[in-house]
Amino acid sequence: MSHHIVEFKDVFFRYPDGTEALKGVNFRITHGESVGVVGANGAGKSTLLQHMNGYLMPTSGKVIIGDLAITGKTRREIRKKVGIVFQNPDDQLFMPTVFDDVAFGPLNLGMDEATVRERVRKALGMVNSLDLQDKPPHHLSCGQKSAVAIASVMAMEPDILAMDEPGANLDPRSRRSLIMLLKTFKHSKIIASHDLDLILDVCERCIVIGGGAVVADGPSAEILSNKGFLEENNLELPLSFQVRS
Amino acid sequence: MTFDTLYFDIGRLDRLSYRDTFVHRLDPRAKVIATMLFLFTVISFPKYEVIALTPFFLYPVLLLTVGEIPVRFMIRKIIVVSPFAVFIGIFNPILDTRTAAVIFGVALSAGWISFLSILMKFALTISAALLLIATTSFPGVCHALRRLGFPALFVSQLLFLYRYLFVLMEEAMRVIRAREMRSFGTRNTGIKVSVRLIGILFLRTVDRAERIYYAMLSRGFQGDIPTLKRSHIALSDLLFLAVMIAYLGAFRFFPITEEIGRVALELF
Repeated sequence: MSHHIVEFKDVFFRYPDGTEALKGVNFRITHGESVGVVGANGAGKSTLLQHMNGYLMPTSGKVIIGDLAITGKTRREIRKKVGIVFQNPDDQLFMPTVFDDVAFGPLNLGMDEATVRERVRKALGMVNSLDLQDKPPHHLSCGQKSAVAIASVMAMEPDILAMDEPGANLDPRSRRSLIMLLKTFKHSKIIASHDLDLILDVCERCIVIGGGAVVADGPSAEILSNKGFLEENNLELPLSFQVRS
Repeated sequence: MTFDTLYFDIGRLDRLSYRDTFVHRLDPRAKVIATMLFLFTVISFPKYEVIALTPFFLYPVLLLTVGEIPVRFMIRKIIVVSPFAVFIGIFNPILDTRTAAVIFGVALSAGWISFLSILMKFALTISAALLLIATTSFPGVCHALRRLGFPALFVSQLLFLYRYLFVLMEEAMRVIRAREMRSFGTRNTGIKVSVRLIGILFLRTVDRAERIYYAMLSRGFQGDIPTLKRSHIALSDLLFLAVMIAYLGAFRFFPITEEIGRVALELF
């Protein structure tokens, strides 16, 4: 239980159409770390995330979660440990009401009714959305949707939380409350984003992906202040480091 | 009707179901069963029946009133789908010309009567179905169906239909707007463009379906969509069903309308 480790060992992945998306990715994330994954469009961030719970399987190499390597057999077990929050909350919230959606995971884990209700209450409380529970997702605003999407994953109490562009489509205030929320989570966190300020605020460590491989891995403050390096990788300084000219 | 108004119309039907009246509070199962019984009873009448059908309008009218559903909105919805019924029955007066009754000296052919009967059955069944949706949340109907023993696959399809209808329509609306903004008033710029738009929507839907399936797998989906019980049959539900069965039975098996007519004739 105490080893919430994510390890990528020489992971290669080729899509069926021949695109080489990952070409030898190596990193190790240890218990309780929060790590930002940044990179240009098409660098392979989403592909990387989809490897974390076995939706995609590496063409060669190994993905290890805790002490289990992901295989066809361990996938189900691993999906309990790794919760993934998607970029588009409409893809994530597929049930007709918020309550049903948050309850979906716990019910699939075979919990009894009282536990499920408790889990849902706790998860929705965590994102301050308890009053939304009877609403259908199509009546929610974008910010509310992404809060509920996070709750729907948190309700399974995963050891590791992976998020794809959590701050996209949010207004500044919702984005700020998301950042505050993420800071309170004690999980191992892996956040893929173009929002470098968000990464800087939430993650102490940062992995830069370029051309399907890790091009830099180190403290966020250090990597995200290296202007020349960021620009080489189609990125730029976080806005908070930029001076208005 | 433009696409936008169509979209908001469906949204309105959905919003009606979130009201809080006596009808809305009834257990969805009770309402589903009542609606089904109502449909079967109405359909079971023979082809030339008109008079015996009239008392059945009481049910939709009552639901409308108690459920505070706007009448005009409902009538408009019924008219929108009416062409189907009209085309099914329109040839009856031409094909079935034997005289069935003479009213005020005008011979009425059996075809007209059966046509009228079809229209009445149509109005009754459609309004009952629409009212079920307007007074019960769609997920409520789905859970009711599931608990009444409908197959899981069927019910989950319905749930997805409801959830993604709005998403898909919004997407379609965006695509249609984008086209209109660049077609500069040239209407009907071709079925070709529309066909392509539908193609694009289809491809996007396939992509989305894949992402949703991924999201479901990530949360331990194993083939059945599990849900919690959320409603209990209360006394009012049983009462509602009992009254419904008595009402349907009485007007189906006893010619009450004719009796009333006969009594009225004798009085005057």
